[in-house]
Amino acid sequence: MLARIQESLHRYRGWWVGYAFILPWILSALWFDLIPFVTNLLLSLTDYSVSASIPNWEGAANFREIFRDDRLFAKSLGNTVYYLAVSVPVRLVAAFAIAILLNMRIQALGTLRTIFYVPSVVPLVAVSIIFFGMFNARYGIFNQLLILAGLDPIRWLTRPEWIKPAMIIMSLWGFGAQMVIFLAGLQGIPRELYEAAEMDGGNYWSQLLRITVPMMTPVIFFNLIIGIIGGFQVFASAYVLIGPSGGALNAGLFYVLHIYNNAFSYFRLGYAAALSVILFFIILFFTVLMVRTSDRWVYYGDA
Amino acid sequence: MVEGLPLRLAKWIFVYPLLLAASVVMVFPLLWTLSTSLKTAQTVTLREVQLIPDPIQWSNYIEIFTETPLAQYTLNTMYMVVASVAGGVIVCALAGYAFARIDFPAREILFYVLLSTMMLPHVVQIIPLFVIFDRLGMVGTFWPLIIPRLLGHNAFYIFLMRQFFRGIPLELSDAARMDGCTELGIWARIVMPNSKPVLAAVGIFSIQFAWNDFLSPLIYLGPKKELWTLALGLNAQKGFEGEITSLHKMMVISVYMIIPMLLVFAVGQKYMIEGVTFSGMKG
Repeated sequence: MLARIQESLHRYRGWWVGYAFILPWILSALWFDLIPFVTNLLLSLTDYSVSASIPNWEGAANFREIFRDDRLFAKSLGNTVYYLAVSVPVRLVAAFAIAILLNMRIQALGTLRTIFYVPSVVPLVAVSIIFFGMFNARYGIFNQLLILAGLDPIRWLTRPEWIKPAMIIMSLWGFGAQMVIFLAGLQGIPRELYEAAEMDGGNYWSQLLRITVPMMTPVIFFNLIIGIIGGFQVFASAYVLIGPSGGALNAGLFYVLHIYNNAFSYFRLGYAAALSVILFFIILFFTVLMVRTSDRWVYYGDA
Repeated sequence: MVEGLPLRLAKWIFVYPLLLAASVVMVFPLLWTLSTSLKTAQTVTLREVQLIPDPIQWSNYIEIFTETPLAQYTLNTMYMVVASVAGGVIVCALAGYAFARIDFPAREILFYVLLSTMMLPHVVQIIPLFVIFDRLGMVGTFWPLIIPRLLGHNAFYIFLMRQFFRGIPLELSDAARMDGCTELGIWARIVMPNSKPVLAAVGIFSIQFAWNDFLSPLIYLGPKKELWTLALGLNAQKGFEGEITSLHKMMVISVYMIIPMLLVFAVGQKYMIEGVTFSGMKG
C-alpha cells in the first residue's frame, strides 16, 4: 500500500510539486481576487450595510440612484477627470523633458538622477503632510514666497478653485519615477540610428523628432495609460491633503473618496460597491485599450 | 551624437542651469520639512520666511516619543514590513519558480489568470474584502493586512520572479536534479542564491508598500489607535487649515517616516531602478 502511494507520488511528481509551490498564490487569488470580484458585483445589487446584517436584493436600484439622483457622483467623477487630465500629461512631459536633458551626455548624471528620483521614495502620506504644511495659508512657504514677491496670498486648501491645482502641484513632485523609466528607454535606443542620421546630415532637433520621439512613443503611451488608471484611483493623497469630504464645495472630492464615504462613513456598502463597479468598467476600458494596442507599439527586442 | 560647438554651448547656457533650477525645486520641499521640524512652537508660526530655524530645536525629535505613540506606530508598521517581505521574497519566489521551471498541468492557463489579476484594480476589492473580514470578525485586527501579504498576494512580484528565473541556465538545475535534488532543494540551493537582483527589488518594493500603505490600515485599523501604523499616526497629526499649532511636530514625524525609505533607497538604488524600469517598459 505504502509502496503504491509512493510510486504514484513519484509518477505525478510534476503535478503535486508544481501545485504545492503555487498553493499560497491560488489561495490568495481566490480569497483576494476572484471571490471579492464576484462578491462586489453581487453587493452592488443589494442595499447591504454593516448595521443590517441581512441585505435586500435591489436589482439595479443603486445604479438608478447613482445616475439619477447622486449629485456627488458626477461631481467626483468630474473632479477626478479634471485632476488626471492635467496632472498625468504634465507629469509625463516634465519627466520626458528632464530625461532628454539628462541623456545629453551631461556631467553628474548619477547625482542628478538621484535628486529627481528621491521625491518618489517619500511615503505618500508624508508627501501629503509636507504639502499640507507648505500650502498652509499663513505659515506655509508657498504663500510666504508669494507675499515676498509682492503678490496676494492664496487660500490653497480652502478655496474651491485652488484645491485641484494644489493636488496637481503636489502630484508633479513625483515625476521622477517616470523620468527614470524614460531615461532607461532613451539609453536603450540603438546608437546606429543616430549615426545613420548624422550621415544624412540631420541636426539635433531633427534627430529628436525623427528618432528619439518615435522610438519612445510606446513607453510614453504605456506610461500615459498607467497614469490614467492610477489617476482614477487617487485616494490617500487627497484624503490627507484635503480630507474625506473633499473640502469646500466638494472641489476635492475624488471618485474613490466618494466610494470611501459611502462605504465607511454612511455604511452603504452595497451602494459603494455599485460605485466601484462603474469605476471598474472605466478602468477596464483603459486596460483593454492598452492590451489591444500593445502589439502595435511594444518593442519585444530579444526578451 | 557627435557634439558640435552649438550643442556644447547650449548645454552650458541652457541645460545645466535648467537642471540646476529643477533640482533645487525637487529638493526644496525636503529641506523645508527638515527646517520646519527643527522650529519651536513660536518660530513655526512666524509669518515671514525663516529657512534656517533660530533657535534650532533638536529636542523636537526626542519629545515626539513622549507626545505621541510614535514607537508603537513604528513597531506596528514593522509587523507589516516583515510579513510583506517574507511573503514577497519567499512565497512569491516559490510561485515564480513553479511558473518558470516546473511542468504541471494547466500551468499556462494559470499564468494567464495571474496576469489578469495583475490588471484588476484594487478598488473593486475594497468593499467585498471589508465585508468578508467583517463577517470573520477580523476588523480591528492586523489579520486583514497580514494574511494577503503572507500568502504572497502580489501577481507582479510573481511575474517579476518568473521572468528572472527563466534566465538562469538550465544546466545548473539539471545537474542538481541528476544528483537527486528535489525541486525545493533546487529552488533553495541553486535558484535563490543566483537571484539576488530580483529578490532585492521585490524585497525593497515590499518594504515600501508596507511602509506607505494607507487605505487598508485606515479601513481595518481606523478606530483602534493602538494598532495604527506610521501612515495613520502621521495623518492624525493634521489639524484643519488655519488651526495649525504643531506644524513642526508633523514635520518631525514626516522626517522619521522618510529617513528609513531614504536608507532603503541608498542601499538598493541599483535594484530598485532596474525594477521600476522593468515595470514601466514591459508592464
